[in-house]
Amino acid sequence: MPKKTLTFALMDAPYESANLTTAFRILDAAARRGHDINVFAYEGAAGLAFAPQTAHPNPVHGKNLAEENHPTTKDQVAALVAEAVRNGGKLDWVNCGMCVDERGVNQFVPGTRRGSPADFQAFTEASDNILVIPTK
Amino acid sequence: MAKKTLNIVESAYRAVMEEQDDTILWLLAAMQAAGGAHTAVLRGNAVNYAIAGQGAPGLSVGEWKQTQAPKMDRDIIDLVENRKIPVYIVEEDLAERGIGRDELVPGVKLLSRKALPALFAEYEIVSHW
Repeated sequence: MPKKTLTFALMDAPYESANLTTAFRILDAAARRGHDINVFAYEGAAGLAFAPQTAHPNPVHGKNLAEENHPTTKDQVAALVAEAVRNGGKLDWVNCGMCVDERGVNQFVPGTRRGSPADFQAFTEASDNILVIPTK
Repeated sequence: MAKKTLNIVESAYRAVMEEQDDTILWLLAAMQAAGGAHTAVLRGNAVNYAIAGQGAPGLSVGEWKQTQAPKMDRDIIDLVENRKIPVYIVEEDLAERGIGRDELVPGVKLLSRKALPALFAEYEIVSHW
């Protein structure tokens, strides 16, 4: 399959919606196939790559930190960046700067960056296809 | 004595993969442990939580893998058996979704929509999630 350039716009905040689970499954499939991927993390999604996210134990589950192994979206984003590179592709993950400022989530995992709607416009022009996964 | 609270849970599977549980059912369990007197009513899509044997494969992103994917049927059983939180299921919502009573985990109670007003009257607080 020839390499494609794919752009995704995400809007949901971490830990709020099943939309992001679907998004990560699709992004993972694209990264495994070596496609070049762009992500514009807009609104709540600007918090997905927020580096200080911390896993926690779960007293209701009766599990300590290690047993609960709670997922963090920042780990998923970092894994996605690595997977894209490992398969000969690349991932340009852009966090909407104004969204980041509103939320105070301006510390990103490596491989992601601050950007603006102009980046999304540039992604749009350069992509073979675009998928928007909006907040509902 | 804690105020008797009836919790109607309607939103379902909203963020269960990321949280590894349903945040409202988790909250009820935690509040019950803090001395609460909670009851849950599953209605709408949330009736699906009571189907036995369900489960989702953990999310996998590159080399990162989820190891503790949610199991909603297990969590419902835990509410009933360990937390002593009665769990009601609206039977019309089950029927609309083609879910049979024999598919449900043990311990949950079925009730009709028509019975809800009388149930409400038994509680000091009714919360709709």
